[in-house]
Amino acid sequence: MISGGLIVSVSFAYLLLLFAVAYFGDRRADQGRSIIANPWTYALSLAVYCTAWTYFGSVGRAASGGVWFLPIYLGPTLGFALSWLIILKMIRIAKTYRITSIADFIASRYGKSHLLGGLVSIIAVVGTVPYIALQLKAISSGYALMIGEHDAAYRAIHAGSWLQDSTLYIALVLAVFTVFFGTRHLDATERHEGMVAAIAFESVVKLVAFLAVGLFVTYGLFDGFGDIFARAFADAELAGLFTLDGSGGGYGGWFALTLLAMLSVIFLPRQFQVTVVENVNEQHLRRATWVFPAYLLAINIFVLPIALGGLLLFGQGTVDPDTFVLTLPLVHGQEWLAVLAFVGGLSAATGMVIVETIALSTMVCNDLVMPLLLRLRRFKQAAYPDLTGLLLVIRRGAILGVLLLGYLYFRLAGEAYALVAIGLISFAAVAQFAPAMLGGMYWRGGTRDGALAGLAAGFLLWTYTLLLPSFAKSGWLDPGFLEHGLFGLAWLKPEQLFGLQGLDNISHALFWSMTANIGCYVLVSVLRSPTGQEASQATLFVDVFRRGQAVMPATFWRGSAEVSVLQPLVARFLGIRRAQEAFSADARARGVARVEDLKADAGLVHFAETLLAGAIGSASARVMVSSVAQEEPLGLDEVMNILDEASQVRAYSHQLEEKSRALEAATDELRHANEQLKELDRLKDDFMSSVTHELRTPLTSIRAFSEMLHDDPKIDLAERKRFLGIIVSETERLTRLVNQVLDMAKIESGHAEWHNSDIDMRQLVEHAVSTTAQLFRDRGATVELSLPDAVPLLRADHDRMVQVMLNLLANAAKFVPENEGRVKVELTYGEGEVRVDVTDNGPGIPPGFLPVIFEKFRQGGDERSRPQGTGLGLPISKQIVEHFGGRLWVTPAAGGGARFSFALPLGERAAESAAAPHNEIE
Amino acid sequence: MRRGLAGQRLVAVFLAGGLLFNYPVLSLFDRLELAFGFPLLYVYVFVVWAALIALVAWIAERGAR
Repeated sequence: MISGGLIVSVSFAYLLLLFAVAYFGDRRADQGRSIIANPWTYALSLAVYCTAWTYFGSVGRAASGGVWFLPIYLGPTLGFALSWLIILKMIRIAKTYRITSIADFIASRYGKSHLLGGLVSIIAVVGTVPYIALQLKAISSGYALMIGEHDAAYRAIHAGSWLQDSTLYIALVLAVFTVFFGTRHLDATERHEGMVAAIAFESVVKLVAFLAVGLFVTYGLFDGFGDIFARAFADAELAGLFTLDGSGGGYGGWFALTLLAMLSVIFLPRQFQVTVVENVNEQHLRRATWVFPAYLLAINIFVLPIALGGLLLFGQGTVDPDTFVLTLPLVHGQEWLAVLAFVGGLSAATGMVIVETIALSTMVCNDLVMPLLLRLRRFKQAAYPDLTGLLLVIRRGAILGVLLLGYLYFRLAGEAYALVAIGLISFAAVAQFAPAMLGGMYWRGGTRDGALAGLAAGFLLWTYTLLLPSFAKSGWLDPGFLEHGLFGLAWLKPEQLFGLQGLDNISHALFWSMTANIGCYVLVSVLRSPTGQEASQATLFVDVFRRGQAVMPATFWRGSAEVSVLQPLVARFLGIRRAQEAFSADARARGVARVEDLKADAGLVHFAETLLAGAIGSASARVMVSSVAQEEPLGLDEVMNILDEASQVRAYSHQLEEKSRALEAATDELRHANEQLKELDRLKDDFMSSVTHELRTPLTSIRAFSEMLHDDPKIDLAERKRFLGIIVSETERLTRLVNQVLDMAKIESGHAEWHNSDIDMRQLVEHAVSTTAQLFRDRGATVELSLPDAVPLLRADHDRMVQVMLNLLANAAKFVPENEGRVKVELTYGEGEVRVDVTDNGPGIPPGFLPVIFEKFRQGGDERSRPQGTGLGLPISKQIVEHFGGRLWVTPAAGGGARFSFALPLGERAAESAAAPHNEIE
Repeated sequence: MRRGLAGQRLVAVFLAGGLLFNYPVLSLFDRLELAFGFPLLYVYVFVVWAALIALVAWIAERGAR
């Protein structure tokens, strides 16, 4: 047994430590060096999901239902797989419109309705009260156990009088503590960095403490997992815990619990607070998507071993399994481990209470109390210039009120239930938010009336089928109505409504309340079309991801107000200094020097309203702003017009984008074509200058010799003959040049005439070589001819092919060295083509000339040394060869000369005739 | 960031989880047996759970690159 003083001082020391962490977190946030701006802290703060329910209650649940404690953690795992679809959108919406609670979210979505915000707040408070009671019960019975105030079955003994009940004082201490945590000052975005840091810290503490107890039980009291399970397996009653139906409840109940937990992890007020409102960076959600489920997995590993261990050691029905986490170490003399376990439980409970009550206080203040205050005429006028103090008082009062309500529920109904059963009642309450929230985020048609009807119907059925029975079972209400139904009507029995049987009470309540909720929401919504306000808010919510892109209007509301009116209004709720800062920042952002110069337009009004929405909720902000602004509310038609305009503009801009892309492509093509044209133009100029140059050379010599003959009649006959010979040869050259230019032009333009026939390349090559034999003889060069026995016939123009051969041979003759020239002509065939190589032992072609040698008028060698020629021979040859689908190329020869080669493809028919020559000979 | 693809993968994981954690698949393992010294159902749920978390981690962290 441990002294009460020790437990109390340890508890206070722990709370102080938490406070230090929070203080440190706030300090760092003020300095701009946030400690919570990382995904791990974010994921750990989400683990506020694990409360005293998880810490003490899971073991209790496992002791009576085996694996039935698990759906509560499988649901969030599945839900978080969808976080990238649902939670991300919630975060974006909340950040864009400064939404600070679920009530504000729903109220804002359905046209900034006070009524809706109030209803959601009431459901949230009433629904959460049992959950808070659960935490109080866990702390107080834990405390009683630690100091020995329990009966033989380790059941805590609570003092009869309220004033002597330690639970009341625990509630009060927690209230004071939460007030210090969450409402030390007012923030426009309702973010509490210090609190989040403390919650993340608590998550680590409770995990470590629970794992420590788990390890102690599994390896300290038993011989590991195998030992515990084997011993439980041997016990017929305990073995029932190993299966689903052995422990009561069917697969339907399992599914209902999973679904319930999945909805709760998104829609519990405290989860909304840490997941959405306290989110620093959307990207943190990415890691939380798996770290948070991993945390849940880790904290659940030892649940079943502890439960089975407790049952094996204590025996069934002797000790309340909800207390195993504390009693197992206590009974086995591990007092310090018990203290650690108690601190872990304290962590789990305080974390939940702090975040939950802060979230609820924001709701109560913004969506319940403010709207009522705003109805007071006196209050609307600026009788109270600064209301920040009032806002803080309201929130602190709300925190205290919620905790006292929790205590009240604990006194009235807490004793009758196990921890988990109490928690599930709350889960079923917050699940009522799901239709209005999800519908509001993805369906434009939902209306305020639909949401009101759905929430009211769901809440009513929840109250009737879960909350009232919980009072009845604790004896506070007449239990008769449980057994016989309201007014004795059997079909009104709360746990078998309309005679529905075979479901556990949670599945039963969930089914009826969700059916009524969704049914009313959808049916009432489709009764009438949305009003302008509803339609505009629906668009802002559903299309939140599109807003940044282009032309979604920031607001659908047209109005104006002077900054001199708006700023004092904002200052009333945010404080003069904060308002001044916010407006100055806005002025800077708009490029205006002084706040007074800000234009009184709809944008400014919207800005002021968003600022206010962070502090007092969107519905109240709407009321306050409309009290000072000149405005014209929009009807549905006008909203639709704005939307149409927006979507038209969007469509136009889309079209424009496409057109400009097409234009760009066209421009690219044009630029490319232009470059080609320029190149062609340059080539044409080169060609012209080359042609004229080539024409002038023979003309000059013809003219010179003609003039000599004309001017000097005394030239002797021999000389005269020589001159005339030169004139004739130069004229021939001129004719050849002109012919070739014409030829080239014809081939290039496609007007050349081709006379195709079957040609035998053997004959053709031999003919060409014999034709040029004189040429080689003059140069003193030898020609070596290498021909196969037979080659297939080729379909081509005979004269043109001779032209190609002559050209290549003439080229070779021109370049071989005087008297030492050796030229080799080789004909081969194979692989579907016939190939001719003409190799010389001339100087070869310098590498620099290789790419240009087939261009017009580009001759090998430099100006002076280059031999006679038109410079058109190779280009024409290339054109001819390519016309027949072949190719012409040049490679350096082995001995330093050049090897010109061309290859022509054999037609199909030609390939067949390859073997024919032999037959013909026969 | 290929958000579209990661989003679809996560939805697929969600659907797989919904299938594996419910009737009738769950009933295949709902037998009074020990597997490796652990209750069969217990082993099944924890192994599938861990696998789903690993899968989500892989998808989410991969998309972050």
